Amino acid sequence: MRELEYPFDSEYILKKSRKLRRQLLEEGSGFLPRKIAVLGGSTTHDIIRVLELFLLDQGIQPEFYESEYDQYWQDVMFDNPALTAFAPDLVYIHTSGRNISVFPSPTDSEAQVEDMLARQYGHFQVMWDKLADKYHCPVIQNNFEYPFYRILGNRDAFDIHGRICFINRLNELFYGYAREHQNFYINDMNYMASAYGLDRWADPLYWHMYKYAMCMQAIPEFAFNLANIIKAIFGKNKKALVLDLDNTLWGGIVGDDGVENLEIGQETSMGQVYSEFQNYIKAQKDIGVLLNVNSKNEYDNAIAGLNHPDGSLQPDDFIVIKANWEPKSKNMADIADELNIMPDSLVFVDDNPAEREIIRNQGGGAVAPEIGTPEQYIRVLDHSGFFEVIGLSEDDRKRNEMYKANLQRRQQQDNFGDYREYLLSLEMRGTIRAFEPLYMARIAQLSNKSNQFNLTTRRYTQSDIERFAADEAYITRYGKLEDKFGDNGVVSVVIGRKGRAFDTALYQKAGALTGAMPSEPCDVLHLELWLMSCRVLKRDMEYAMMDSMVRACQDCGIAVMMGYYYPTAKNAMVRDFYGQQGFTKVAEDEAGNSVWQFMIPEDYQPKNTVIAVND
Amino acid sequence: MTRDEVFQRLNGVFQDVFDDESITVTETTTADDIEEWDSLEHINLLAAVEQEFGMKFNMGQVVSMKNVGEMADIIMSQAG
Repeated sequence: MRELEYPFDSEYILKKSRKLRRQLLEEGSGFLPRKIAVLGGSTTHDIIRVLELFLLDQGIQPEFYESEYDQYWQDVMFDNPALTAFAPDLVYIHTSGRNISVFPSPTDSEAQVEDMLARQYGHFQVMWDKLADKYHCPVIQNNFEYPFYRILGNRDAFDIHGRICFINRLNELFYGYAREHQNFYINDMNYMASAYGLDRWADPLYWHMYKYAMCMQAIPEFAFNLANIIKAIFGKNKKALVLDLDNTLWGGIVGDDGVENLEIGQETSMGQVYSEFQNYIKAQKDIGVLLNVNSKNEYDNAIAGLNHPDGSLQPDDFIVIKANWEPKSKNMADIADELNIMPDSLVFVDDNPAEREIIRNQGGGAVAPEIGTPEQYIRVLDHSGFFEVIGLSEDDRKRNEMYKANLQRRQQQDNFGDYREYLLSLEMRGTIRAFEPLYMARIAQLSNKSNQFNLTTRRYTQSDIERFAADEAYITRYGKLEDKFGDNGVVSVVIGRKGRAFDTALYQKAGALTGAMPSEPCDVLHLELWLMSCRVLKRDMEYAMMDSMVRACQDCGIAVMMGYYYPTAKNAMVRDFYGQQGFTKVAEDEAGNSVWQFMIPEDYQPKNTVIAVND
Repeated sequence: MTRDEVFQRLNGVFQDVFDDESITVTETTTADDIEEWDSLEHINLLAAVEQEFGMKFNMGQVVSMKNVGEMADIIMSQAG
């Protein structure tokens, strides 16, 4: 919703929140329901009110648990039954500098200050440990913002008796915990207060009148920043930038002005602005954002512009370059198609408001932020938080290369008449094994991001994934695929739960039982999750996964596999997946939910013949 | 700005904040008269009034304000 995209009008959002909420619920569908516990050290009412809007706008429908005023610690440590019963999917601790109970005084010794620091930190650490132990869900914790006064003046920053110094040291302890614990995230309130303006942020009226940690008007920006972490955790990040060229990546029009007259580089102040922007975009590549071009230009002119010696971006940095005279909405659709991702995971960056409007209306859900004037581009893109980083995996760093290799594969495919011959020419090597610690983060990430090749679209946190891996009742497999063009990383995940065939609860979603069932109760494997990244479609990786699951079943005497398909707006491509794997459909309801069964033959023949699998 | 104009604009603010176009406020309207006007919504309401009239209530005024009439008094004394 336009009103909720950065840069937004905070006062409008505060005033019209009821109307906006109503519209979001009316216009949206297919929301991801999530239970969020907000445990506050100050008032949280309006933070929740506005946070809900931003989450709904990201397709997440939150149900909130709100602690009583300043009961964040007690709720966790003394097991408030209401919180336990709520069973949160995510816990957010909203504390602030107002919750620091003691600060050093100028006469304290160094040892006393150290002790104070350890006690303040310990108060939080026991709570985080308890949360991890009891709820196994992601935890978001505010750091501390600076106070709005400095007893020691400028000395407050470095003297161990200064509050600023104390807060910095305490924050550093928080960050240490965050570095060592996956599933624990810092909401950088200190940054938000600085960006907003500390004096306005800390207006004491709001603390003394209503016990708010910040002024009312700052709440939308604060909640937006928080919503970005939450949506990233629940797999709603954007994946790719689609950039215009003329007056977006450089000043001027390459086709009219010529490469030599473009504004880029250190010669002019405008040139410097575009250089800084190019550097910013180039850095996005290193966090795994896919870079693409969508420009109305002759292709050769576009490439010449990108080869400008003073620009840091080179043609090589992009995966798909669409420089032509087609409508930009068509190019957007083609880019999404070539990357094999949904159009709504694209961010369109163009200086031309008319093009942005077209993409907003016909871009298949792509966002087109109001980027303002060139010197504002970085701030708008950055604060929008499209690509909020919640973890940096090797995969993220190499993603651009992987997608590029994919395009090369496509080109190679054109040279082969026989598809199997082409697959063999890729010299594919797979690794298919039970979940291993090294890949837990990536597996959780895939379960949250995969929409198209995903049979049940169940979303799991990393702690869920670790639990399945440790539980004997589950058979888990991840699949990694390499070929001569590069390493695709972990691309497929299957989770099966051991059970009995007549476990009728499992059929509830698919309605009444029909079709042939095994006549005797026997051990079966219920395939609770089967997903694959679309970047390896049609490589027979799904057959290699099937072979591995069959072998695992045979090893523990399971004779039947049950597959489940739950349709969503995005996963139609796998409607008949189990049929193709040799399963028989045994039940289907009106909504299209279906149950499939595979009786494993004793002489099962491996279906994959093109990938050399290492298990 | 006449008192009538102040009340007209206040009506708009109240209608926006409570998402209810039937609300009209008078000199003697208090939180008791509008169902959803509780202490938490009060903060939001004041912020919206401040924005509408381009002014700020100080703490003393917030604490002592008893009804919409007194709110209008403060607005008229501060707005040019």
